[in-house]
Amino acid sequence: MKTFLRQRLPQLTTAGIFLLLFAAASWRYQYFCSTRNVASFFTNNASLGIIAVGMTLVIFAGGIDLSVGAVAGFTNILVTTLVESHGWPPVAAMLLGLAIGALFGTAMGFIIQVFRQPPFLVTLAGMFFARGCAYWISTASIEIKNLFYEHLTDITAKMGDTTIHPLPAYILIAMLILGYVLGHHTRFGRNLLAIGGSEQSALLMGLPVGATKICSYALCGTLAALGGLVSTFITGSGNSTYGIGLELDAIAVVVIGGTLLTGGRGHLFGTLCGFLIIGTIQSAIEFDGSLSSWWTRIITGGLLLAFILLQRLLLRATQKRPA
Amino acid sequence: MSGPRKSFWKNSPAVWPLAGLFLLAVVNLRYSKNFFSLTQSDGHYVGTVIDIFDRGSVCLVLALGMTLVIATGGIDLSVGSVMAIVGAVAATMLQNGHSLPVVLAASLGVGLLCGVVNGLLVSWARIQPIVATLILMVAGRGIAQVISDGQQVQILDDHFNFIGNGFLWGFPFAPILVTAIYALVWFWLRRSASGLFIEAVGDNETASRFAGLATARVKCLAYALSGLCAAVAGLLAASYIKDADPLTAGQNMELDAIFAVVIGGTALSGGRFNLLGSYLGAILLQTLTITMYFVGVSSAVAPVPKAVLIIIVCLMQSETTRRWLGGLWGKRVAS
Repeated sequence: MKTFLRQRLPQLTTAGIFLLLFAAASWRYQYFCSTRNVASFFTNNASLGIIAVGMTLVIFAGGIDLSVGAVAGFTNILVTTLVESHGWPPVAAMLLGLAIGALFGTAMGFIIQVFRQPPFLVTLAGMFFARGCAYWISTASIEIKNLFYEHLTDITAKMGDTTIHPLPAYILIAMLILGYVLGHHTRFGRNLLAIGGSEQSALLMGLPVGATKICSYALCGTLAALGGLVSTFITGSGNSTYGIGLELDAIAVVVIGGTLLTGGRGHLFGTLCGFLIIGTIQSAIEFDGSLSSWWTRIITGGLLLAFILLQRLLLRATQKRPA
Repeated sequence: MSGPRKSFWKNSPAVWPLAGLFLLAVVNLRYSKNFFSLTQSDGHYVGTVIDIFDRGSVCLVLALGMTLVIATGGIDLSVGSVMAIVGAVAATMLQNGHSLPVVLAASLGVGLLCGVVNGLLVSWARIQPIVATLILMVAGRGIAQVISDGQQVQILDDHFNFIGNGFLWGFPFAPILVTAIYALVWFWLRRSASGLFIEAVGDNETASRFAGLATARVKCLAYALSGLCAAVAGLLAASYIKDADPLTAGQNMELDAIFAVVIGGTALSGGRFNLLGSYLGAILLQTLTITMYFVGVSSAVAPVPKAVLIIIVCLMQSETTRRWLGGLWGKRVAS
C-alpha cells in the first residue's frame, strides 16, 4: 500500500486537485455540478481527451508530438470536403482520414528513429506541413449536410431529465480504456515505459526499441486524426483552422496528469485527471462570464509550471541528485 | 593537406545557405527579370533584395537569440509569445502617453525578464528547455491579451514607427539595426571568452562545470539574450504594422527562427554556433517566402514547402544519411 501510494503520488495529487477544483466551482456557481454541464463538458472536450491519450503514449517513451493539433485540423477539413464536395461515402472518408493520420505519424516516427532527429523538430515541421495541407484543401468552413452524418450526430441519450449527444463522449471513453489497456496491460506499453526510462537499457535488454517508438508516433497520429473526426461530430462543420494550439493543451493535460516529460513514468489515469482539471477550469471560466477566455491560457500555463516544479521536487526526493 | 581556403569551403556551415540562396536567386530570375534591380524613389532604394532584408529583420533578430540558446543545447519556444507581450506593452504604454525612451526601456526590460524566467527554469529548476519555454509560450499569449485587454492597439507615435518603417542613408532602418546588433554580439562573443563558454556548456555541461564554469549562469545568460532579442523583434513587428495584435503578433515565428538556425548549420544538439550561418539562414527563409509569392503559392500553403525544406536539411545533416552516402561513394566520412 505504501509503495503504491508513493508510486502513484503524482496521479493522486492530480485527482485531489481535480476534486478540490470541482467542489470549489460547484460551490461558487449554481448548476455547475449538473448532469447537463458534466455531460456537455465530456462531449465538447472529447477531441482534446482523445488526442491526450495518444500524446501520453508518445511521452511514455520520452518523445513528444507537436503535430497533433494540425493533424486534427487536416483530418477535419479532409473528411468534410470529401463528404460534402466530392460525394464520398462518410465511412470511406473517415477511414481514409484515419489512415492518413496513421501514415503521417509513422513517417515522422521513421524520421525520428532512423535518422536520429530530435522529435520536437520533426513534429514541428510535421505541424507546419499538416496545417499547410489543411489550408490547401480549403480555407473556408464547410457545413455538413450529409444524412448519414446527421444520423451519427443525432444519437441522443437521456440522463436524468436532460437529453445529450453522447457519441463524442463514448468515443473518448473507449479511447481512454484502449489507451489504459495498451499502456498498462500489454507488452507494448511496458516497452514504451522501458524506452522512456532508459533507451540504452531497453536496447540492451533486446526490446524492439525502433518499432515501438515508431508505433507510438503512428498511434498518436491516428488518435489525432480521430480527434479531428470527432470535432466534426461536435461542430457539425469542417474548418481547416481547427486545433490551433491543441498540442499545447494536450501536453498540458499529460503533464498535469503526472506523466514525466522525460518519459518512463506515468499513468493514463493521471491523463484522465489532467483532462478533467483543464475541462473544469474552462467551464468555470465560461460559467463565471466576467473572466475573459484568455485567462484559460494563463491558468493552464501556471498549472503546468506548478506541476512540473512539483515533479522535480518529487524526483529529487525519490532519487539521489546526480553529481 | 588542404589550404585554409579549401577547408573554408568544405567546413563552413555558411556554404549550404549560400548554395540555397543561389538556387533561389536562379529560380527568382526565371520568374521576375528585375529580381536584383535596385531603383531609387523618394531618395530610398527600392528592390526585391531590399524587401527581403526589410521583411526578414524580425526573423533575423529572433534567429540571433535562438542561435545562442541552441548552442547551449536548449531551445526557446516562447519567442513568439514574448514578441506579443512586448508589442502589447509598448503599444499600451504609448497610448497612455509615456515617452518613447521609457517605453523602449520598459519593453526591452519585459523581454529580458521573460528570458531570465526561462533561463532560471532551465538552469536552476533544471526543467527541460522545451517544456520550460512551452509554459511561457502557452501563457504568454494570454498575458499579452490581458495587457492589451484583448484589443488590437494602434500605434500613432511617429518616432516609434520609424523603427520599422524609417530609412537611414536610403536604406530601411530595421535591417541596418539588426545587422548592427549581429556585429555587436559577434564581437562580444568571438572577441571574448563568452562565446566559448556558451559552446562549452552546450558541448558538455558536466565537464564545463568541473572546469570551473558557472554553467547555470551561462545558460541563463543565453535565455536572457534570447528574451531580449525577442523583445527587439516584438518592437520591430509592432512598429512595422503600426499596431500590436496580441493574438497574431509573432505567431509561428519561433518555428521560423529555429529553421533559420538549423539551416545556418548550428546543430540542435548544441556545442557549436555560427552567427553568420544563422544570418544567412534567416535571409534564405525570407527569400523562400518571397519566391513563393512570385511563383503564386498562397501564403496559407507556404508552410508546406518550408516544412519539407527543413526536413530535407535535417536529413542531409544526419549521421545516417552521411553513412549511406559515404557507402555510396565507397568512402567513410570521418567523424
